[in-house]
Parts: sequence; C-alpha cells; structure tokens
Amino acid sequence: MANVVDIRGVNKSYTRGNQKIPVLNNISLAVPDGEFLALMGPSGSGKTTLLNLIAGIDRPDSGSVSVANTELSKLSESALANWRSQHVGFIFQFYNLMPVLTAFENVELPLLLTKLSKSKRHEHVKSALDIVGLGDRMKHSPNQLSGGQQQRVAIARAIVTDPTLIVADEPTGDLDKDSAGEILTLLERLNKEFKKSIVMVTHDPRAAEKAHTIRHLDKGELENVNHKK
Amino acid sequence: MKIFKLVIKNALRHKLRSILTALGIAIAVLAFGILRTVIDAWYIGVEASSQTRLITRNEVSLGFPMPLAYREKIAQIPGVTGVSIGQWFGGTYVDPKNFFARFAVEPESFLPLYPEYVLTEKEREDFLKERNSCVVGAKIATKYGWKLGDNIRLIGDIFPGDWDFVIRGIYHGAARTTDETQMFFQWEYLNEQLGQTTRGRMDQVGFFYVGVASADDVTRVSETIDAMFDNSMAETKTETEKEFQMSFVSMVGTIITTVKVISVVVIAIILLVLANTMAMTARERVAEYAVLKTLGFRPSHLTGLIFGESMFISILGGAIGLLLSVPIIKGFGEFLSVDLGSFFPVFELSRSTVLLAAAAALSVGVIAAVFPTLKATRIKIADGLRYIG
Repeated sequence: MANVVDIRGVNKSYTRGNQKIPVLNNISLAVPDGEFLALMGPSGSGKTTLLNLIAGIDRPDSGSVSVANTELSKLSESALANWRSQHVGFIFQFYNLMPVLTAFENVELPLLLTKLSKSKRHEHVKSALDIVGLGDRMKHSPNQLSGGQQQRVAIARAIVTDPTLIVADEPTGDLDKDSAGEILTLLERLNKEFKKSIVMVTHDPRAAEKAHTIRHLDKGELENVNHKK
Repeated sequence: MKIFKLVIKNALRHKLRSILTALGIAIAVLAFGILRTVIDAWYIGVEASSQTRLITRNEVSLGFPMPLAYREKIAQIPGVTGVSIGQWFGGTYVDPKNFFARFAVEPESFLPLYPEYVLTEKEREDFLKERNSCVVGAKIATKYGWKLGDNIRLIGDIFPGDWDFVIRGIYHGAARTTDETQMFFQWEYLNEQLGQTTRGRMDQVGFFYVGVASADDVTRVSETIDAMFDNSMAETKTETEKEFQMSFVSMVGTIITTVKVISVVVIAIILLVLANTMAMTARERVAEYAVLKTLGFRPSHLTGLIFGESMFISILGGAIGLLLSVPIIKGFGEFLSVDLGSFFPVFELSRSTVLLAAAAALSVGVIAAVFPTLKATRIKIADGLRYIG
C-alpha cells in the first residue's frame, strides 16, 4: 500500500530569544494510505509541530516531508496554500469556525477557492453537513450550536473538498464525554466508510483507541510503532 | 456566499464600534466639507475672474485716484477691446453692518465688459437713461426686500452726503460663481455731484477695467499701460483680474492657510481613529486569519478582507458625511448671508469639495488598512493558530 505521508530525517527547532529549542529530532514516519494514526505524547513533545509539518502549515529545518506524493519543501507559499486547499482537511481543538457565518457558510469557505458553481457548492456543502448529521442546522450560527455540533461543522468543513488527508489536533479536547464519543465515531466512519486517511493528535487514550496505529512522541523523538489493529 | 459577504459580516460584527467609527468619519467629512467651502468662498472671486480683463489702478494704492484722461490713451493700445471706469464708493445703507460692495461705473462700457451680470433688456435701458439709477445683485435684493423702482439712500463716507438711488435693475449671475451681492450705479452721477461739492475730485477714477482681445495679449498690454504712465503724477499698476482678486485673498492668507491646515488635521485625526479600529480588529482576528490561511486562503484574500472592511466603514461614513453636508452647508450659507453675505457671496458645496471629501474618506479607508493587513499576511500560520490558546 502506498504511503500518504512519508517523512524522512526531519528536524525542527524554534528560537526563543537567543536560545534554539529543538522540537523534533531526526523524525521519520510513514503513514499508509487509508491509515488512521494517533499521535500521542506529553505536552511539549512536538506532536502539534509534527502535525503542522504534515499539513503543510509549517516547514522543517531539514529532512523531507512528502504528503499525497508531493514533496512539500519544494512548494512556494502560494503553491503550498493551493495544495493545502486540495489535499488536507483540518480539524482543530477549538473548532475555529467563523462566528459571523452560518454553519452552511463555514462549510462553504474552502469551496470559495474552487471554480465550482454556486449550485455545485451548495450540493457539496449539503452533502458534507448530511454526513456529519447537521443537515437541519445549516442556517444556525456557531453560537447557536453546542460544542459537539460545532466540531461536527468543522469536520464537515474539513471533508467538503474531499481531501486526501484529514489532520485533527485534539479534536475531542474541548468536548464532554458524549460529544467526544460522537466525534470519534464520526472520524472512524470517515476512515472506514469514506476511506479517508487521518492523522490525529490526542492526549486522550480513549480517542487513540479508535485509531489503527498509535505513535508516541517524547522529547522530539518517535517511539516504536504500536499497531493496534 | 462570496468573499464580499464575509467583508460585510465582519464589518458589522461589532455593530456599535463600526457605527461609531463610521459616524466619526461622517462628522470629519462634514467638517472637511464646511472648511473647504469656506476656502472656496474666499477664492470665488478669483475663480470667477476673466482671463481677458485687466484692472488698472493707482500704483500707490486703491485709495488713490487716476485721471479720467488715461482712458483714451489706454483705449488706443493695440489689443485693447474696451475700457471702462469704476470707483469704489463705500458708504452705509441704513446701518453700517449692512455691508455690500458699491461701485460707480459707466454702464455703456461696463456692461459689455461684464456679460456675467445678466439684466433684461428693459433693465439695461432703464439703467442707462436715468442718472441716479442703480442695479443690484439678486442676493442683496432678496436680503433687503428690494424690488424694481424702490428708492434707496446711501450715506457717503469717502464721498460725503446723502446719495439717493432708484433701483432699475436686479442682475443675476451667468455662472454659479458670479457675485450677486454688489450694487452698481452711474459714475456720471457721482462725478456730477462732486462737481457741486468738491470740484477738485471731479474726473478722477479708482480703476480702469480693460478688455483685451486674447489671453496672449494680457502681459504686453498691461506692461504697455504701466509704461505709458511711468513718471506721471499717478503711476499705474495693471494686473489681470485674477491677480487683482488674489491681492484681496492674500490679505487673509494666514487665515486661509490655517483653515486649510485644520481641514487636513480633521482628516488625519479620523485616519487615526479608523486605523485604531482596524488594528483592534486585526488583533482580535489573528486566529481567524490563520485558519483562513490554513484552508488555503492566500495573503491576497486576507488583504481583500481587511481592505474591504476598512473601505466599507470609510465609504459608509463618507457617504453619510456627504449627505449631511448638502443641507448643513446650505443652511450655514443662509446663516452667513444674513451678516456676511458680501464677504461670502457664494457659499455652496462645490463639486471639487465633494470629490476631495470622497477621496479623503477613501484614502482614510485605504491607509487605515495597511498595517493590519501587513500584520495579518505576515503572521505564520502555526503562530496564529497558537494564538488561539
């Protein structure tokens, strides 16, 4: 099976004042197509940094990051933005919906960058909202929705462009137990039913349980593979 | 949904803040409009000046006369199409505060030189044939309730005595900028009266109005006139009508400069207000901009969003300000006309002021968006997302 993510010898550090703080040390990671990978580790271990590199919203100091057969370090900022819009769906811990837009309009946002007609956009948005079970909440604004519903709108926004890869950063971190369960079930369905590759950062062992593979990151280094299924 | 809809929704996200900012811009545009209208009013005489008319006066000052005999000599200069005479009269109408310009002129030669003072044929004929007749501008006629045939009396100061006139014409301006607050009467009437009281002041004039064939002749003719009377008892100074009018404007040059500076300061202040609003907006939305970038929106999209929002507020404020300017400046003009109508004969919102005010509002919108845009487009996505907490 081909790899949707192929990371080799990646190093990444941040500069704070005059001090250089290493975050990722010689990381190599391959994620097969159709995989549901959970990245776990303590705070500051570099999980989110690694996820940002995979999603093409940050660049490594050295090493290569290839996602969906594209070497990201070779892309310009503009090309990278274009690539992200086509290949990656993002789910954030705090949903990050535009408060002034309705659920429909939030999901429609990524499609505004495409050449789709209004009717086609409408069709895609409705379909995405139906998948996450919010077809009847299209005209609601985020503040009229519960946390779980907002995260489902965010998931609809992530899948509306039919991306190759979904990245999720602590998607259940701000939710109660029941809502978190619903979101995880939805992610599992996206992986199984819609064949979406998912890379998820989480602190929550119950969330990680839904993944096929769990990788632990500690002090910028990946620990051994833990295949669950 | 289009990006424009997001611009509008963003602009109305904090309704009170946006409305207050827009109202601030509206008030600034209104103040700018009033101040520029004051400046325009000072320059209205200059603007209305003819390119082919010269004014010759005594080189010492306007208060010193010149011999009437100069007229024939001036008329013989090649390129001169007509010469008329005039004298500032001064005087008081009922009360010293009833100020308006009063000139003794020779109607036969004056009216053809000044076609912008429009009279009916009958009014023109009546003005010409009756020695103590006068014509008055429509604005002062309205102000003092004068109508044709009314008798008015001026109390002379430069030319002492009681001077009685009968109104035979009420002129209207041919252009918006024509001064309709003046009174003209026959110089011959003045000269005759002086013959009975102070003969030594007879056959003297305050200035010559000189018409020239084309603007190309202006310099040559004016130099020729002044050279002609060099070393005489009354040396002359000849200027274009525009220069002549400008000499009055320059007397209040400091005031005009101050008004101009204040009008710019008003715009600068509101620029800071809008810039502050936009800076606050950008700071609050760092995370949202990062999310948009994550979704694939480019810096050009963010630029459009921020500039669009800033322009929306500035255009809204500018439009309100301009809409308010029309009735307020009109009312202000009417208020001024009560006591200061002769100083500001035309007090109207001009097209150039409207365009300047609109340009100022648009510029404010553009400039205020520059720094927030730079901040939003330069921030790294990872840093912006971290800003969420």
